[in-house]
Amino acid sequence: MNTNPTEVRHHILSVLVENKPGVLARVSGLFARRAYNIYSLAVAPTNDPSVSRISIVVDVESAPLEQITKQLDKLINVLVIEELAPADAVQRELLIATVSVTTSGHDAFRSTLGTFSAQVLQESGDSFIVSLEDTPERLDVFASFLGSHHLAAIERTGRVALPRLG
Amino acid sequence: MKTNGGAALIKSLELEGVEVIFGLPGGAILPVYDPIIDSPIRHILVRHEQGAGHMAEGYAHATGRPGVAMVTSGPAATNIVTPLADAYMDSVPLVVITGQVGTAGIGTDAFQEVDTVGMTRSITKHNELVTRAEDIPRVIREAFHIATTGRPGPVLVDIPKDIVDPTNPNSAMDWYWPDSVDLAGYNPQMEGDPALIEAAARLILASERPVLYAGGGILKARAAEALTALAELVDIPVVTTLMGRGGIPDDHPLCLGMPGMHGNYTAVMSMQESDLLIALGSRFDDRVTGKLAEFAPHARIIHVDIDPAELGKVRRPDVGITGDCRLVIEELINAIKIFGTETQPDRSSWRSTLSGWQEKYPLTYEQSQTGELLKPQFVLEQLRDNTPDDCIVASGVGQHQMWTAQYWKFNHPYTWINSGGLGTMGFAVPAAIGAKVGRPDRMVWAVDGDGCFQMTAQELVTAASERIPVKIAILNNAYLGMVRQWQEMFYEERYSEVYLSPDLPDYKMWAEAMGCVGMRVESPEDVLPAIQRANEIDDRPVVIDFRTDAREKVFPMVPAGKSNSDIVVGE
Ligand SMILES: Cc1ncc(C[n+]2csc(CCOP(=O)(O)OP(=O)(O)O)c2C)c(N)n1
Ligand SMILES: [Mg+2]
Repeated sequence: MNTNPTEVRHHILSVLVENKPGVLARVSGLFARRAYNIYSLAVAPTNDPSVSRISIVVDVESAPLEQITKQLDKLINVLVIEELAPADAVQRELLIATVSVTTSGHDAFRSTLGTFSAQVLQESGDSFIVSLEDTPERLDVFASFLGSHHLAAIERTGRVALPRLG
Repeated sequence: MKTNGGAALIKSLELEGVEVIFGLPGGAILPVYDPIIDSPIRHILVRHEQGAGHMAEGYAHATGRPGVAMVTSGPAATNIVTPLADAYMDSVPLVVITGQVGTAGIGTDAFQEVDTVGMTRSITKHNELVTRAEDIPRVIREAFHIATTGRPGPVLVDIPKDIVDPTNPNSAMDWYWPDSVDLAGYNPQMEGDPALIEAAARLILASERPVLYAGGGILKARAAEALTALAELVDIPVVTTLMGRGGIPDDHPLCLGMPGMHGNYTAVMSMQESDLLIALGSRFDDRVTGKLAEFAPHARIIHVDIDPAELGKVRRPDVGITGDCRLVIEELINAIKIFGTETQPDRSSWRSTLSGWQEKYPLTYEQSQTGELLKPQFVLEQLRDNTPDDCIVASGVGQHQMWTAQYWKFNHPYTWINSGGLGTMGFAVPAAIGAKVGRPDRMVWAVDGDGCFQMTAQELVTAASERIPVKIAILNNAYLGMVRQWQEMFYEERYSEVYLSPDLPDYKMWAEAMGCVGMRVESPEDVLPAIQRANEIDDRPVVIDFRTDAREKVFPMVPAGKSNSDIVVGE
């Protein structure tokens, strides 16, 4: 199974939809019908509360993706679809994790967090809740750093993306 | 004006110009059935909700107007799933209204609750669960707009009981009717891009072995006259797919008839050998292309479709034009007239190839010997030749459908009603009833299989009680004939679960029990008198049980998965 988000087959769809019940199910249904996995998904209202942006990362060949994109476009509640090549997009994702670090390692841990520009959201004894907002690739590196400690929980948001300027 | 959701729903349907609703009431939709009593809209009470859906489809096919069905929640909603899928596959404009449990009960496994919008999401052009009474007029207006514009299709509106029940405060609303529809995400492109039209015109004028490949979109766009005009202008032959039959009259010299798995030799091979396929409202269905990699190997493709998702879906076009078939054809005609047709290459050898095939490979069958059962093709020829030219004919799914598509002469558009994409057995009887309701001035025959008939025959009770005089010809071969044909040809004649029996049920008695005239015909000389008698009956439905020869197979045939060039003409 391909789990590396930076693989070539990865595509990002940025879809503006009406902010209504059932719209996400319509959109995701087009992928489910073909048994394509959605790698990551982020949905939230835009500055216009009647419109939401869905950022979908899918692992699909280009040809079926073109077909899915056209079919997405046919959905009445879908307003605009933009396919972003990873190179043409600014992408961000948020990671939060709960890790335990032995007392003697706290300083080294904090200093590595500093190099990632990660934040400590909460700490209690040897446990830390940390967060990092960065590119998916940097989050991968950060996640493997965290994995070298005792990782109790890790959560990623799925990526959001906008086209690069100019 | 103060009103309630139920009254507003019926009023909205009236304002949409609905003249007939096919339906059956039940708990959740009860409040909407009350105002129907006082509405000028005719309601036709079906015996099974699948019948309501197919009747609405037949009505839409025959009239070009949207068909409307209304049923209750739960089992009624599941019963109408098949017609929704059928209409979705064949782009039939329908508005289906389903009752739903009250808003407070949704999601609680309430009595007769199913997730109707969830269940029908992938088989409707659009669907919507309405949760507030005040949304009803707007949603109904939008439903008709979506169903009938762009690529037509079924729209389902799911309506919880509390918002239509006048005794429930949730149903209270102020009446309004939206002046227009505002759907930001829905703007079907009607006109073709002029640069692409010009490119298409040039390809057409330069082609040596062109074929117009006309699909159901021609009829949906009411583009039959435009198609004939284009064909005549450039003198290019036309094939009409199963869904496009009648798009150009069968008696037109440029009409080659039906291509595909059971198409005639000339239509199939014209596409195979063409250097340019002009696909108009057709979708390169697998039943037309045969083995895709070997389909029309030398052809360039012009593809015109209202649905941009069709362009390049199966075969990448050289020129793909999104737009309404009628408008694009008219634009093409204009462009071609400007270029002039004088520069077209000499296509006389192409024409003589085609007419040579037509002569060498006509549709044929052997007449029955005395004592043998009727030949289905003979029955169809008799029916075809002894009904009005503009008779509407509906069919079920199976061998009888293919023979009808092959042997009927569709000289008028919108006279052929069948289930192409989904291939729904049981389509014929209710679809014919819906067509007759929409076109009471026309004679309507259904050609049905014995297997199909048993799936929806109960709607003849509806037809008898509503005095809808449809005529049903059952080609009774005592078999699920099409499946039998595949078992004979591809499963070494191992017949598994395909035998039905010619006289269980007794179709004549069954017809009579349903309030129809029933007849049985076993010998060739009785065929014509029975048809003539049926044609004269105008106050009730007629069913004729034609006893046909089960050994008869549909030919030509392109075996599934094979190239069109491997077409088998006969035994
Ligand atoms: C609802 C449904 N079930 C099963 C099929 C598969 N099927 C296609 S044709 C056919 C046989 C139809 O038999 P009949 O109506 O007697 O027509 P015939 O082929 O004998 O003319 C069957 C079972 C189908 N198309 N639709
Ligand atoms: Mg049969």
